[in-house]
Amino acid sequence: MTTPYLLKNVRILGGEPTDILIKDGVIAEIGVGLSAEGAEVVEAEGLIALPGLVDLHTHLREPGREDAETVETGTRAAAMGGFTAVHAMANTNPVADTAGVVEQVWRLGREAGYCDVYPVGAVTVGLKGEQLAELGAMADSAARVRVFSDDGHCVSDPLLMRRALEYVKAFDGVVAQHAQDPRLTEGAQMNESELSGRLGLAGWPAVAEEAIIARDCLLTAHVGSRLHVCHVSTAGSVEIVRDAKRKGWNVTAEACPHHLILTDELAATYDPIYKVNPPLRSAADVEALRAGLADGTIDIVATDHAPHPHEDKDCEWAAAAFGMLGLETALSIVQHTMVDAGLLDWAGVAERMSSAPARIGRVADHGQPIAVGNPANIALYDPAATRTIEASASASLSRNTPYAGMELPGRIEATFLRGRPTVLDGKLWEGTA
Amino acid sequence: MKRHLLSAADLTRDDAELVLETAAELRSLADRPIKKLPALRGRTVVNLFFEDSTRTRISFEAAAKRLSADVINFAAKGSSVSKGESLKDTALTLEAMGADAVVIRHGASGAPHRLANSGWVRSSVVNAGDGTHEHPTQALLDAFTLWRHLGEERKGGLEGRRVAIVGDILHSRVARSNALLLKTLGVDVTLVGPPTLLPVGVESWGVETSYDLDAVIPKVDAVMMLRVQRERMQGGFFPTPREYSRRYGLDGRRMATLQDHTIVMHPGPMVRGMEITADVADSDRSVIVEQVTNGVAVRMAVLYLLLGGSESESTE
Amino acid sequence: MPAAPLAPEGRTVLDARDIGRALTRISHEILERNKGAGDLVLLGIPRRGVPLAHRIASRISTVEDVEVPVGSLDITMYRDDLRLKPARALLPTEIPPGGIDGKVVVLVDDVLFSGRTIRAALDALNDVGRPRAVQLAVLVDRGHRELPIRADFVGKNLPTSLSERVSVRLADLEEDGIDAVSIEAKLEVTE
Repeated sequence: MTTPYLLKNVRILGGEPTDILIKDGVIAEIGVGLSAEGAEVVEAEGLIALPGLVDLHTHLREPGREDAETVETGTRAAAMGGFTAVHAMANTNPVADTAGVVEQVWRLGREAGYCDVYPVGAVTVGLKGEQLAELGAMADSAARVRVFSDDGHCVSDPLLMRRALEYVKAFDGVVAQHAQDPRLTEGAQMNESELSGRLGLAGWPAVAEEAIIARDCLLTAHVGSRLHVCHVSTAGSVEIVRDAKRKGWNVTAEACPHHLILTDELAATYDPIYKVNPPLRSAADVEALRAGLADGTIDIVATDHAPHPHEDKDCEWAAAAFGMLGLETALSIVQHTMVDAGLLDWAGVAERMSSAPARIGRVADHGQPIAVGNPANIALYDPAATRTIEASASASLSRNTPYAGMELPGRIEATFLRGRPTVLDGKLWEGTA
Repeated sequence: MKRHLLSAADLTRDDAELVLETAAELRSLADRPIKKLPALRGRTVVNLFFEDSTRTRISFEAAAKRLSADVINFAAKGSSVSKGESLKDTALTLEAMGADAVVIRHGASGAPHRLANSGWVRSSVVNAGDGTHEHPTQALLDAFTLWRHLGEERKGGLEGRRVAIVGDILHSRVARSNALLLKTLGVDVTLVGPPTLLPVGVESWGVETSYDLDAVIPKVDAVMMLRVQRERMQGGFFPTPREYSRRYGLDGRRMATLQDHTIVMHPGPMVRGMEITADVADSDRSVIVEQVTNGVAVRMAVLYLLLGGSESESTE
Repeated sequence: MPAAPLAPEGRTVLDARDIGRALTRISHEILERNKGAGDLVLLGIPRRGVPLAHRIASRISTVEDVEVPVGSLDITMYRDDLRLKPARALLPTEIPPGGIDGKVVVLVDDVLFSGRTIRAALDALNDVGRPRAVQLAVLVDRGHRELPIRADFVGKNLPTSLSERVSVRLADLEEDGIDAVSIEAKLEVTE
């Protein structure tokens, strides 16, 4: 038996204050003035209840780069960010391209207990883009993989991409494409712009992303499959996805928090903390992404949480690794850029950060509305709080947050995974594991 | 002057003119019996070269030594630069040795920036060429050479003079620094090259651009030819070296269309027969050898102005 | 320059005619001491020493009918307080074509005070060549020496307080075209 929790005066999706009783892993009761014998009471006045967040794009680095992140530290960071489920990308070492590796990651997630871990399977063997990995075996494994991605690499061969899209239809899978034409981005370091020319950093043109997205949308329509576009970063990409959706094609897309707030101007510092793939883009791109997220063209926010050890960032730009932390700051950035800007309400946030990613990833137990009988996966969030981001305070093993020193709104006060707290009073709940 | 010289954009017009005037005074040192000044006595200048560049290194070394600085040459090429730690670790070593200035040449754009702003070292940092970004002392010595030929005895100095910079602008740190500095000094700059070798967004640099060398050169007061690096010849930026030479090389026929006073410059090393023919390089319009001489005086001026005085603005 | 209200003009101690007489006397003393103008080279210390050196040279040429070589000697990089202030712009060093080896160099400056400028000038001279002798001519000696240095030729000895400032204005360098030496209250402690 787990301890029941009574959340008092909580605002579900920002609505009127009410109480939620959590019992036996599910939401037992919702109503004003509830009381329950033996339940832990959480005074949640002013807090917003969201369904536990689901990240479709997380790098947990285990196995292989346990110096950057482990499943345990990564899921701790996820819980601190209000997540109850994350999808662990396949670019580990060894690559998650077999049933054995995906099951290992899945099991590590269960053991850590801070949030559910859904491994993403590689599309091609070793992410090499040459030969399909055993997608079916991964789908049939204990990890029940439904999302396949070579993230970090683009499946650039059009024939291979077509085959992957066709093949995953057999088990209702989805191919999550890292859209980056390799030839157009050889040696690329930052968004191709007037600034890249001035800084002497090789440019990463928007067309390198947009051309792949356009091609993949056409392929998806042609073979009648399901495409998910990872980390959309340009206004042109938003437009292509919007057009594909208008045509009724089964295309979904994600935007990353950093692409909603940061711009390529930061590259002028030459500080690789701002080096990320796809690169930070222009202010106009940021605007287009926000608009696309608001109108549903962009279905979800995904963190692309990419931990790196200090030495991989404490160097010159060209030598540094791509990527930035994201799990613990994602909701705050969405609040700042979307909710506080009047572009999205809290129901919209729940859709884009919980329901939709769960749907795309075919995760049944997450992303459900906060309703009686549903699994008690809940994030309690204080939108009135403000916090100054400190890299050293991260629950992640790595420190590569681009937001250090920034003041961001909001804080996760509690996260419940199937009725048990993983975070309580804004701190990791040590009774979890 | 700022504490570091990372980009030609760090220099105001006053700063740049101060460097040129100081260089003019220091140039006369070459004619004196004792080619040494005591300004940097007891100071340590480290030449930190992650790329081979004997000429630039020697130029900085001569400049520092003529100002009585102690010089340490640190050739880091061949070490595990690609891994990245080596810049930081090397920097920490230099810091421990008490370097007052670090002159850095590095293959990665922005490496001098990182060195100056990362907190690894407290010394002044002088960019001696970083990746495809900048090479500000080369621009200063080019400006100095231009000034001696076209500005010294003229009201307004180089204001309104016209300079064409020709070739691989995209990958050229010399072109970037020169475009910035010459613009600061009031020079009208035209960048000339095939469209594939002009950077995206170049229209915002505040300079003219052209694809047509023949149309540009009769109007200018100086032509600066850039080296075409061998690896670009294979990069698909232009069909063949022969076609490049024909369209963008400076040969005797083109030289004949220059105005009488127009000078020809090249930052070196030249690829004779590619971007410049031997008869042009060796003609009396060519100031290529003088550029090298001026390099020492200009670098002396930079080191003196960065290190000669107090470090009043710098706090730990 | 201080943006504060202008300091009182101070007390003029030498006017243009006084300065002219002092330079004429110095010129004669130089000729007497050296028994003519034979091996003389005058080196002014920029800025104000340079026009003074030229004026002395022209007086000598009037008297002796010879052209005395005149040059300038910048001491910026030889200053012992180089590191105490931001890097200063260099001033011209011009050694006359005949050089200084074996010559009698007369250094010319406007005010002799601590002696540190002259110490620096002697070091600078050392890097330029080896004169047979070095002499020093100053328009004003205000005392307060900090080094064992004295002038050979002095226009005027001017006892001053350290709280005062001696200001030399020369027509060649000033916009108003006026020669004057005045004593003013110090605006701020600089040297």
